[in-house]
Amino acid sequence: MTINEKQDEIIDEFDLFEDQLDKTQYIIDLGKKLPPMAESKKTDENRIMGCQSKVWVDAELKGDRLYFYGDSEPTAQISKGLVGLLIRVLSGEKPEDIANADLYFIPRVGMGNLITSLRAGGLASMIERMKAYGRAYSTVKQ
Amino acid sequence: MQSAIDTPLDIQKIRQDFPILDQQVNGRPLVYFDNAATNQKPLPVIHALTRYYEGYNANIHRGIHHLAEQATAAFEASRRAIQEFLNAKHWQEIIFTYGTTDGINLVAQSYGRHFLKEGDEIIISTMEHHSNIVPWQMLCEEKGCILKVIPVNDNGELLLDEYEKLLSEKTKFVSCVHVSNALGTINPVKTIIDKAHAVGAVVLIDGAQASSHLELDVQALDADFYVLSAHKLYGPTGMGVLYGKRAILDAMPPYRGGGEMIKEVTFAKTTYADLPYKFEAGTPNIADVVAVKTALEYMAGLGKEAIAAHEADLLHYATEQLAGLDGLRIIGQAKHKIGVISFVMEGIHHQDIGVILDQQGIAVRTGHHCTMPLMQRFGIAGTTRASFAVYNTRDEVDRLVQGLRRVQKMML
Repeated sequence: MTINEKQDEIIDEFDLFEDQLDKTQYIIDLGKKLPPMAESKKTDENRIMGCQSKVWVDAELKGDRLYFYGDSEPTAQISKGLVGLLIRVLSGEKPEDIANADLYFIPRVGMGNLITSLRAGGLASMIERMKAYGRAYSTVKQ
Repeated sequence: MQSAIDTPLDIQKIRQDFPILDQQVNGRPLVYFDNAATNQKPLPVIHALTRYYEGYNANIHRGIHHLAEQATAAFEASRRAIQEFLNAKHWQEIIFTYGTTDGINLVAQSYGRHFLKEGDEIIISTMEHHSNIVPWQMLCEEKGCILKVIPVNDNGELLLDEYEKLLSEKTKFVSCVHVSNALGTINPVKTIIDKAHAVGAVVLIDGAQASSHLELDVQALDADFYVLSAHKLYGPTGMGVLYGKRAILDAMPPYRGGGEMIKEVTFAKTTYADLPYKFEAGTPNIADVVAVKTALEYMAGLGKEAIAAHEADLLHYATEQLAGLDGLRIIGQAKHKIGVISFVMEGIHHQDIGVILDQQGIAVRTGHHCTMPLMQRFGIAGTTRASFAVYNTRDEVDRLVQGLRRVQKMML
């Protein structure tokens, strides 16, 4: 599935919910399903700044695909869900596709204050980090 | 569950004075519990602002035309109103600022830089807002002064015996918050001031949170400086007050240079204006200064005691109701508090609480509340804070409790 196909799938899933709270619940549940990151990977280097809660993202190139791993401090379940959502869209894709991805699903899923609140600073930083990995590995390949 | 207390206030009628409260947020009626950050403005204040701009906007003091005279009269009438509100002895002791932070910086930069020297000690407390920490740290770095900190106990009360141990002939300045924004604790500022004066130190009290909840009397307190922000007392944003004892203000050099603060300017030498204008360089925030008088009149009309009684009832009720939630711990259980409840919930990040409450139309504040050292004292990264104003109700407290139950259901 391409990045855009995954985005469309997520938009369809969120369309099932009318209520903001249900959407948030869905994100929390996504976070709960996210495999925990190795403690050794929760380094300052992997920490995403701009989040009020602690969030880490790491990446690994396997063949021509880039895989992401992420986690948050245990209590910050919404952040963890948001990392999970981004991983679902971007992980396992080619670095250049990640670097060039237009993440249109974010405004379309209507997550309201999850996106517009302070947390958006964190979300934007998570996206920026993942795209930076995409750019870095595209460069390496060239 | 409507409020059944001995308040003479008709809260539903008061709420009609605050049009902003009558709206839906995320499909639910707004509950505004972020009053310690800024409270909402009643119609008379909003009208005072529009009346000013519609009727008599003009630059003040030097104009000789009608509008300038009208604006100047209204501006200076606000100064007298603040003087009365604080029970200051002289109107010249009331300096208009941009807010509490601005007032503290003025004192640190003018009084501090002029009168404090290397090795002098400045005492603040653990529960200070960053705005009453950083200006003193900057001064200490520049002048080589030493910052000392009054600790707090587990209830969030200042340890006065520890404060006494910090005081010595080296103590030249004490800057302390009247009411903690993060915990709601009302500090015994009269005692703090008296003890500081006993060693010859000068005292500033940060009244940002106290001003809309407590009766203020700077003469009875014997405060050397008292600072506050208008937007926390139902007035406009971007406007504050520095009260200072006349003799001290007179001895202080100006803080900013510009128009209004001068007597005469030549390229050889400038002489400065008298108090209070010496500290009011540039065109001030005229409209907001004018409107703050209306805010004070509004509060006086309701009665500060009645407001305090209503908020105390909300605090008591909320404390009781929140105690019924598993895993909720209130941070700050001082004996004397205003209507502020800060709390943490086991296993749930404060920001997630804030987001999910917002989705239910409930506005609270989450985070460190610009009091990071205080959060460190309690070993936490932040809290969720609900803070009450005169227009809040017990029904809204019930909404908060239901909202938190929903948070728990979603998270745990």
